[in-house]
Amino acid sequence: MPKELWKGNEAIAEAAVRAGLEAYFGYPITPQTEILEYLSRRMPELGRAFVQAESELGAINMVYGAACTGVRVMSSSSSPGVSLMMEGISYIAGTEVPAVLVNVMRGGPGLGNIAPAQADYNQAVHGGGHGDYQPIVLAPASVQEAIDLMVLSFDLAEKYRSVCMMILDGCVGQMMEPAQMPEMRPVHRENWDWATNGKMGKRERRILSSIYIEPAEEEKMNLRLLNRWQTIQANEVRYKEYFLDDAEIVIVGFGTAGRVALSAVREARAEGIKVGLLRPVTVSPFPSEVIEQLAGRVDAFLVTEMNSGQMLEDVRLAVKGRVPVEFYGRLGGMVPFPDEILNEIHRMAKSKMAVNANPRDAWLARMATA
Amino acid sequence: MQKEIIIAGFGGQGVLFGGQVLAYAAMDTGKDVTWIPSYGPEMRGGTANCTVVIADHEIGSPLVKNPPLAIALNLPSFDKYEPMLASGGTLIVNQSMVDHSAQRSDIHTIFVPCNEIAEEIGDKKLMNMVAIGAMLTALPEIKIEDVEKALEAHLPARHKHLLPKNYEALKRGFEHAQKEWDKVPCEQVQNGTLFEELCLNEPGHGLHSSLSPIL
Repeated sequence: MPKELWKGNEAIAEAAVRAGLEAYFGYPITPQTEILEYLSRRMPELGRAFVQAESELGAINMVYGAACTGVRVMSSSSSPGVSLMMEGISYIAGTEVPAVLVNVMRGGPGLGNIAPAQADYNQAVHGGGHGDYQPIVLAPASVQEAIDLMVLSFDLAEKYRSVCMMILDGCVGQMMEPAQMPEMRPVHRENWDWATNGKMGKRERRILSSIYIEPAEEEKMNLRLLNRWQTIQANEVRYKEYFLDDAEIVIVGFGTAGRVALSAVREARAEGIKVGLLRPVTVSPFPSEVIEQLAGRVDAFLVTEMNSGQMLEDVRLAVKGRVPVEFYGRLGGMVPFPDEILNEIHRMAKSKMAVNANPRDAWLARMATA
Repeated sequence: MQKEIIIAGFGGQGVLFGGQVLAYAAMDTGKDVTWIPSYGPEMRGGTANCTVVIADHEIGSPLVKNPPLAIALNLPSFDKYEPMLASGGTLIVNQSMVDHSAQRSDIHTIFVPCNEIAEEIGDKKLMNMVAIGAMLTALPEIKIEDVEKALEAHLPARHKHLLPKNYEALKRGFEHAQKEWDKVPCEQVQNGTLFEELCLNEPGHGLHSSLSPIL
């Protein structure tokens, strides 16, 4: 299939359709609305379900219901809307049904603004909803990657009966890039042994619920989730490497912050500075192992994010204090330019932070004197 | 090779579509390209802009602080982007909508009366294509025929009858800009080193042959 110029949000929508999306429930919010807008036309055209719900709360609970029947279902929103969905996401996780979500993140907290941001990392990766569950979280940096990961989201969600959330910032959602769509997959309903899709008098009644009144039963269920999560960690880590072979400084950044860092890395390489980039594609499960290995042979890390250092903590956990992990971030919907990251590379090439210093404090101190 | 272009103007001047046409031409000639709009409240009236990055490698940042190339279709965009251009860069200004001359002498400012040219062709909506045509004099990586082919390939069928006029707008813009380039005296390029760094040192770079007088 030839490459076409696709806008991120519309590409995600079409990719979901081609992956066999049977039902979409959502509520409009910038900078994500094009997903809903596109599907409002495309889904009825194919005889599939599209509902603009009365709110994000309605949408996520419709997703919950459809997920229980075993069809491919998704919703999409942006930061404040995703916050509203958190209760439903926890119920979906607790019921062990597959559901796919997309968060095109914007500036926050609160109503914030509609500019690109990555400040929902912790909400997506480390919780959001209540209770012990671990969602799979994918973070594309380009339109092509968003398409590929959208398709993968459905496969992963079903394989692990898990919530799979794709987080991207407004940049990726609004950007146009040449990209290739996958072939249209026929809608295929798997004969799941858990789906509540009507027993038709042929089998035992199935019940799906997130209620486990007996704590001992709930503990068993929690352990089941945890065991599944261990399998996900062992099998589903994905990341992209740039110039890592001889790197002395490694930048870690996801999504747009990662690709902006790539520009800075290229410029620094042209100056002869040995710097590389690790761009996590799955932020949950996190590529801790490769970072741990890198920590054994590089001099320092620089984490760049469009937030105040949320993934930073996951990098620090993997590095285990062996080398300095420094930080550079932009907040509230600001996107860094490559020269800002290049300045950090120049500084680190001369002198690095002490291993035991706090990277966030050091960054704020640098900002204060700049 | 990497080139960044910012196109700015009022909503309704065809800023976003102008950028998309460049992006299509880049894609169809096998380059990597990103197009990103300002998607804020300015979409609903006021100023609009988009950034197009064209490269022959995987593009990093889709946004640029100091572009080597920009189009300002109105006065606010002229005032906003003139200070932001990279030294040695080229700014195409819609002369029809501005009331003062260039402030900087270390960039090339090419004035093109886009509105008047478009009206002469018979449709004032073509002013964005006039400006794109003018821009191509400073973007040798994309040829006028590439943009024509891109328009033909990607313009919705209901607009296909407009193709000849779009081609003419591109050509007229290009020709007008070429004449403006010929007027630029050699001495104006004060900062030769910067200019060379930007335009000459990388393979694939280099100004259009018609611009040789200024080098």
